[in-house]
Amino acid sequence: MKRLLPNLLRLAALLVLIAFLVQPALFEPLLKPLVQANAPAVYNQGSLLSLTLSHLATVFAATLAATIVAVGLAILVTRPIGAEFLPLSRSLVNIGQTFPPVAVLALAVPAVGFGEKPTLIALFLYGLLPIFENAMTGLSTLPPAITEAARGTGMTAWQRLTRVELPLALPVILAGIRLSVVISLATATIGSTVAAKTLGEVIIAGLQSNNLAFVLQGGLVVAVLAVLIYDTFSALERVLSRRAGRI
Amino acid sequence: MTFRIDKLGVVIAVLLAYGAFLAPFANFRANRIVPGEARGILEALPVGLGAALVGFTVIAIVVVVLKTPTVFRLLLGLAALLALAILVGLSAGHLTPPENTYARVSPASGFWLLSFAFALVAADALARLRLSPLARVALLAAVAAAAAGLLMSGAWDGLSILKEYGSRADSFWLEAGRHVVLALGSLVAATLVGLPLGVLCHRVEALRAGVLNVLNIIQTIPSIALFGLLIAPLGWIAVHVPGAAALGIRGIGTAPAFIALFLYSLLPVVANTVVGLAGVPREANDAARGIGMTDGQRLFRVELPLAFPVILTGIRIVLVQNIGLATIAALIGGGGFGVFVFQGIGQTAMDLVLLGAVPTVALAFAAAIVLDAATELSNRKSGRAA
Repeated sequence: MKRLLPNLLRLAALLVLIAFLVQPALFEPLLKPLVQANAPAVYNQGSLLSLTLSHLATVFAATLAATIVAVGLAILVTRPIGAEFLPLSRSLVNIGQTFPPVAVLALAVPAVGFGEKPTLIALFLYGLLPIFENAMTGLSTLPPAITEAARGTGMTAWQRLTRVELPLALPVILAGIRLSVVISLATATIGSTVAAKTLGEVIIAGLQSNNLAFVLQGGLVVAVLAVLIYDTFSALERVLSRRAGRI
Repeated sequence: MTFRIDKLGVVIAVLLAYGAFLAPFANFRANRIVPGEARGILEALPVGLGAALVGFTVIAIVVVVLKTPTVFRLLLGLAALLALAILVGLSAGHLTPPENTYARVSPASGFWLLSFAFALVAADALARLRLSPLARVALLAAVAAAAAGLLMSGAWDGLSILKEYGSRADSFWLEAGRHVVLALGSLVAATLVGLPLGVLCHRVEALRAGVLNVLNIIQTIPSIALFGLLIAPLGWIAVHVPGAAALGIRGIGTAPAFIALFLYSLLPVVANTVVGLAGVPREANDAARGIGMTDGQRLFRVELPLAFPVILTGIRIVLVQNIGLATIAALIGGGGFGVFVFQGIGQTAMDLVLLGAVPTVALAFAAAIVLDAATELSNRKSGRAA
């Protein structure tokens, strides 16, 4: 019962978001007071829905790639064979986080040109770090009693990894993916400065034509998406960690 | 004596070999916006030096692949980085035809790969040596001094990024100042507001969830949108509140950028203050009450000192994040290094992008090292394990 009200609010936010993306004209009276007399109140240089979808697709592709690489690396450095890489990978994660996203984005342009690619690269690189850090923590802080027991029952290293270690570390890994997705959702807007098709286009169009309604709608759509995705991940983590016995 | 193979060294050796033999060392362009022509090490450097660099890299490959003493690897990494820095400057002089001021020489992928690989060697050695915090700051100062020395000596003057700097030296320092004021000023403001707010949230439980939720939601608003959204209210204030415009409050420019950075900074400061205060052991509080301390004394003499390392971690997050985010201020006329990044993107002049991006990364990196060291020192002082 305690979660009912927040869940109703989330559902309402989702419905309003979908309504706005499908029928933005309905919301025109709300946005009208924010613009000068003859300026458009609803973004009119493209479909909000398709921008939102390509924004989500960019974030999804980058996060998926980042998850595969980061979890793979974390598995490698927590095995005996990769132990030599552990100190360096820890400090690389620390150093990598000091690189500002705009700088990563800007530095990717000379290598791959304008458009979606630099955005994907920046989101990928920036998304790696939280996932890697969490996967490493999750895999290296398993209770020794459990890993010993798995070894005692005669499981092979592969079985231990896939049946014991990864399932137990999953909630922590998911927390890393959640952080990475939320950062990427916001960072993808900056991608529009290098001509990627994301919701940043709406915001930048608003900044350029001094149209507050554009800035507001672009920003709010991203913020609502981020909050909803964040909450979904949190709920998923709670379910999984209850199942894994860590609460 | 047996030779053992260092696995990390094998990866680094591959990078080194690719960087030295297959990738171009420098890029030559007839002017600042045409595509470049790649030049390998032997073409890019005066005859003897190119061969020397190739020879040095081969020796380095052997050294990193074999298990060698850590201190030796550190010295090798640092020496190689210094040598690369000097050589890339020389290659600019070597490739640029005399009296030609339009030609641009910039480091190419081979140079960056070699630098990255040697930086990995040094970083790995540093991670293994577990230097004390003060030693790390001292090393940072030495590296910064070496870079400053190279800049002042003119060894890099032929490189394209410094040619971009040369044509806008005045505005570079102006924007650098604005960048630092934006990043540091908003941090100071956020600490002044966030610390009391965090203490309040710790003491008044009813407030905690609400305040943290609001701050969390602010974090999800994309930075360019938040910057943009503040333009309107500030513009209104500038017109309608007497004296506001005189204080520099305007719709576009530094004011909205400053406020946006301030808002983003609040969450880490408040959240870490709350976490830090919650982590103060009950015994410490009980003892303080037992010897008759007032609430205020307890806060300033017991709770805050014990929570300080955690609060400092929050401040580190804020500072590094602000230095990065301040680049976006340029989109709304707030200045900072972002001016060069976005101008460069607009003109497809990548050297100009680098002129904005490199100092930003360097600043964020230095801030992270210094504050990490400070956190570790304060951890030791308050008697907690790091």
